[in-house]
Amino acid sequence: MQFFIEVLIGGLLSGVMYALVALGFVLIYKASGVFNFAQGAMVFFAALTFVGFKEMLAKHLGMDIDGSMVFWLAFLLAFISMIVLGIATERIVLRPLVNQPHITLFMATIGLTYVIEGLAQMAWGANVRGLDLGIVDEPIAWLMDNYEIGVSKFDLFAAGVAASLVALLALLFQYTKVGRALRAVADDHQAALSIGIPLQTIWRVVWAVAGFVALVAGMIWGARNGVQFALTFTALKALPVLILGGFTSVPGAIVGGLIIGASEKLAEVYVGPFVGGGIEGWFPYMLALAFLLVRPEGLFGEKHIDRV
Amino acid sequence: MKLKQTVLLGAAMAGLLASSVTSAAEEQFIGLPSYRVGPYAAGGVGIFGGWIDYMQLINERDGGVNGVKLTWEECETEYNNARGVECYERLKKKGSTGNTLFQPVSTGITYSVLEKVAQDKIPMVTIGYGRTDAADGRVFPWVFPMITTYWSQASAIVNYMGQKEGGMDKLKGKKIGLLYHDSAYGKESHAIMDKLAAKHGFEVIKIAVAHPGNEQQSQWLQIRQAKPDYVVLWGWGVMNPTAIKAAAKTGYPREKLIGVWWSGAEEDTVPAGAAAKGFVAAGFNVAGANYPVVADIKKHVYGKDKGNMEDKSRIGSVYYNRGVVHGIITVEGIRKAQEKFGKGKSLTGEQMRWGLENLNLDDARLKALGATGFMPPLKITCADHEGPGKVKFQQWDGTQWKAITDWVESDRPLVRGMIEESAAAYAKEKGIKPRDCSKES
Repeated sequence: MQFFIEVLIGGLLSGVMYALVALGFVLIYKASGVFNFAQGAMVFFAALTFVGFKEMLAKHLGMDIDGSMVFWLAFLLAFISMIVLGIATERIVLRPLVNQPHITLFMATIGLTYVIEGLAQMAWGANVRGLDLGIVDEPIAWLMDNYEIGVSKFDLFAAGVAASLVALLALLFQYTKVGRALRAVADDHQAALSIGIPLQTIWRVVWAVAGFVALVAGMIWGARNGVQFALTFTALKALPVLILGGFTSVPGAIVGGLIIGASEKLAEVYVGPFVGGGIEGWFPYMLALAFLLVRPEGLFGEKHIDRV
Repeated sequence: MKLKQTVLLGAAMAGLLASSVTSAAEEQFIGLPSYRVGPYAAGGVGIFGGWIDYMQLINERDGGVNGVKLTWEECETEYNNARGVECYERLKKKGSTGNTLFQPVSTGITYSVLEKVAQDKIPMVTIGYGRTDAADGRVFPWVFPMITTYWSQASAIVNYMGQKEGGMDKLKGKKIGLLYHDSAYGKESHAIMDKLAAKHGFEVIKIAVAHPGNEQQSQWLQIRQAKPDYVVLWGWGVMNPTAIKAAAKTGYPREKLIGVWWSGAEEDTVPAGAAAKGFVAAGFNVAGANYPVVADIKKHVYGKDKGNMEDKSRIGSVYYNRGVVHGIITVEGIRKAQEKFGKGKSLTGEQMRWGLENLNLDDARLKALGATGFMPPLKITCADHEGPGKVKFQQWDGTQWKAITDWVESDRPLVRGMIEESAAAYAKEKGIKPRDCSKES
């Protein structure tokens, strides 16, 4: 039982990490109805830009690379880079495609993925970098000593960050003018334009916010596994989370993440040995697929009803 | 007058043509299917940088191999099989004698062009990857999985564990975890580990990690529950730092976590930070810039600003030095072939194959190359395309790799037996009649 609880807690905390990436998808989907295939690449770009600026500041200004000054300056510069990337995406990729079918926008984001991946490596090189956020990835001693359950401090920190982001985004969507405009744009581009909502501004805002989420996700995943190209693969973990939680729901991303994280870990530990192991990669997709049959819009997604 | 002009013009043209033929004959073309962008670029930049730097060293310091200048062209594969095949086709007719040898640096591409290289008579060198049973040169005359293969490596790792325990008999009753990348590459370890377990009486606990391996919570919980005496990390890419960090998180001693050579580079330990301290990995080349061959590269190549590495701090890293090993084998293969087919002449792929098959990098030769201890001595024969099958173990001290053993042998009779058995099955399946090596000269 104790082992089961440990697997479950570990899974739930991993799920929060997936949800962090899924949040970026949700934001863009809510504002433009587009599944942004480039979100994984944005996570990579953001994290690489952050460590790249850290190195640059330390090298050229002679600052301590591990100092808080460098950290926050690099964070600010990386965030500005994500805003610039968001504005450039709106201007070059999205603006010419207003009122085009969603599949066209989706295809455009596939192209964008390769551009962002190439741009990141061109700007900062292909080297793998470590990233230390100052939070050790080791079990909480008290839980370990008393119950022999290993719960990582780092995973708890990541969960705290994700919870704060969700609260912040929920407030943004529900209680601000920009949030309401975002929802209107998501519903119908043309209708939103007709009542005077500035579509381009909204898109820029949402891509900038998605860039911020990508930066936070990239830093956390980067601190865990290193800042490297594999950060783009984090998107693969977010997909089943989105299917389960719903593409338009911020809390859905968290709940979906928790379900996917816990079920994939339990499946790997308890089912894996009977089928040769390594089922973590495809099990969440199978679960999401089964869920689609029952509830296509996801747990918290908006039910789409078309008048015929 | 007109006739005289025509004759003079003709003579000049003939002279130009002759000189161009001469200059073409004085170069040896090497096609490089590289990956400098995409998911595995970090390793690729080091490997191809070291390899090109070594060839540049030969040109700059020695004026080429017996006067034959080395030329090369890179073709970006992004580690993608289809692109690798495209690169193979694009490069094979380049240069005055075509591509002399093909080193795909990818197991997938190796399998994709395995039959093509035999048809095109271009030798393929696969150092530390590819098809293990291709070490049987009687069945695979065009493929050279040199220095060591995955099976030899697994066996050497078990021998290292035996050394640590105070004798191979001490492995009896031990548990060895095998944390492997759930792919053909990772599963390459199964057969040999099973054989070794049966021979030495230890238990193998196989735990798969799905690609890309950036989440290993459940695997490490299983390891914590099973409490293995050692864990072999048969990883690739992001799976490695993730495993090292997860080992630290579960309190597994890093000294007992033994990585394979695709898990033992700076790219695997630096992202893991302090958690990597003490981690041990096998390697068929060592890290470090304190070898005469690397010093020469710095002096003759970077001294003239002709180096390939943008980030010079990576010179001497595991992947960079691995690239230098690729360069050494390429150049020494050419040198050996020239001994038979004419010094100062460019070679065909077929002639190069002979050079590789008769390669003998003994201690004296390695010393002359400035590579003593940098790679193991290597002798290739018609039947044995692998060579020594030895690895050295290095330990990460928190900032760099330090060699902690000499070259550790594999269980040669056992591994060779498995290679011959597998190669014979392949030959039967493909209707290949193995060569009689006693008739080869």
